[in-house]
Amino acid sequence: MSVSAALDASKTASIIADFPILARKTSRGKRLVYLDSAATSQKPNPVIDTLVQYYREYNANVHRGVYEIASRATDAFELSRAKVADFIGARSDELIWTRNTTEAINLVSASWGAANIRSGDAILLSELEHHSNLVPWQLLAERTGAHLRFIPVDERGLLVLDDLDRLLDGVKLVAITHVSNTLGTIVPLDRIIARAHAAGAVVLVDGAQGAPHLAVDVKALDADFYAMSGHKMLAPTGIGALYGKRELLDAMPPFLAGGDMIRRVEYRHTTFNDVPWKFEAGTGNIADAIGYGVACDYLANLDMTWVREHERRLSDYAFQRLAELEPRGLAIYGPRNASLVSGAISFNFADIHAHDLASILDTEGVCVRAGHHCTMPLMDKMGWAATARASFYVYNDERDVDALIDALEKAAVIFKL
Amino acid sequence: MDDFYRDYILDHYRNPRNFGHLEHPDAVAEDTNPLCGDHIKIELRVDDQGKIADIRFSGKGCAISQASTSMLTETAKGMTLEAAARLTKDAVLENVGIGISPTRMKCAMLGLRVLKSAAIGTIAAWPDEE
Repeated sequence: MSVSAALDASKTASIIADFPILARKTSRGKRLVYLDSAATSQKPNPVIDTLVQYYREYNANVHRGVYEIASRATDAFELSRAKVADFIGARSDELIWTRNTTEAINLVSASWGAANIRSGDAILLSELEHHSNLVPWQLLAERTGAHLRFIPVDERGLLVLDDLDRLLDGVKLVAITHVSNTLGTIVPLDRIIARAHAAGAVVLVDGAQGAPHLAVDVKALDADFYAMSGHKMLAPTGIGALYGKRELLDAMPPFLAGGDMIRRVEYRHTTFNDVPWKFEAGTGNIADAIGYGVACDYLANLDMTWVREHERRLSDYAFQRLAELEPRGLAIYGPRNASLVSGAISFNFADIHAHDLASILDTEGVCVRAGHHCTMPLMDKMGWAATARASFYVYNDERDVDALIDALEKAAVIFKL
Repeated sequence: MDDFYRDYILDHYRNPRNFGHLEHPDAVAEDTNPLCGDHIKIELRVDDQGKIADIRFSGKGCAISQASTSMLTETAKGMTLEAAARLTKDAVLENVGIGISPTRMKCAMLGLRVLKSAAIGTIAAWPDEE
């Protein structure tokens, strides 16, 4: 083992100790081998403790009460906003709390989209998109008479950018994923955003699979909007965030209406609050928002450069080990190059349906996702009915890859491959 | 769940019975499992006595959905439409002869739901929810 690999192993061991769920056994007495972080990540003790502490010590609504615990809750809520914003290189007045990436994208579609997209306008997506960065734009296009275009994907799962300038002609908005949730493909945003801006388009990045795994600097990327989910990056479910350039957010109409998003209300007229609160109607998800900041602290402390290198190393190992099963019918999808993917690998094994495969892996404690991964059009294009997907995060190590391979061997025996 | 994949299940998965299409079916139904996207279509030929004279199924899916549907087509052949419409989830569970985990119950019931839909001419309820 090289020095860097040994250092990586000792760091991973201390991370694993922070995740209590990983010490639990399945009902069959198996070690929990969690390879579904692309669906949702596990939570470390500091995040779990934060939730309990909020409810035990200072549960109160924010932005309202003048008493001590209300002030503490408000401070923690806004400090967390600053932490999450800082994590992606943004200012706190450019970061809106949402429930998740899906709601963040819907906010842009409903607010910015309704104000800016007109009949005949074009919206450019890619063929990799998750349903949550596709369906909102389909609905907007139907409402406005705009039309959708797609950056094509090749058989390796990489975007084909040869025709990008032609595709960008007349485009008002580019909505594109940072990382494919199905294939792990890292999208070369640096090669897309500048050209999109040159063509006069606004760019929204679906960062659901980007922010958890890659060092993100929204200013360096020059993204106009960046949407992300807390639960995929060690934070609780139910909290996400939308980054937007301040001048865009200022010009946008409100999304949902109600309390907190107002400055002054009369019976027939309302003046709205400043950004970001203009977009945060009603009592938010306070405890989970505070937990999101703690999760970002945890990741920042690990160092996102290390996180990326750890996952690259693990993906590389997984590609090697999975290749051992290729003679027996294992098919690996996507770029098959750890430098081009971010911790998610899709595969099928001979004629075993992905759901059967996931059921058998489950009996060995190995958790993988099976199905269409909320990317039905991509699956149709590639001709795959379903795939199994293993995805890695900071708490996974080579033992987990080995457990996956052992469980696949068991599936081969059961299906008499 | 790992003991589900017995020889006869794998045999029905890899060599499904009554797989394909009928030329002029008297009744047709199809459905998708919302969980996984597995799709099954069933076509029936019905004789003068209202009995299922011939049956074919088509579609793609996991071993559980394919094998349970394959076995179900053998059960249904010769049944009246009324009898097919009254089939319950137990008919499928008896065919497969081994416990199905709750997370995979929809896979096992998809074929039966489609058969019942074809028999009654409208979308049937999920047999495991009746």
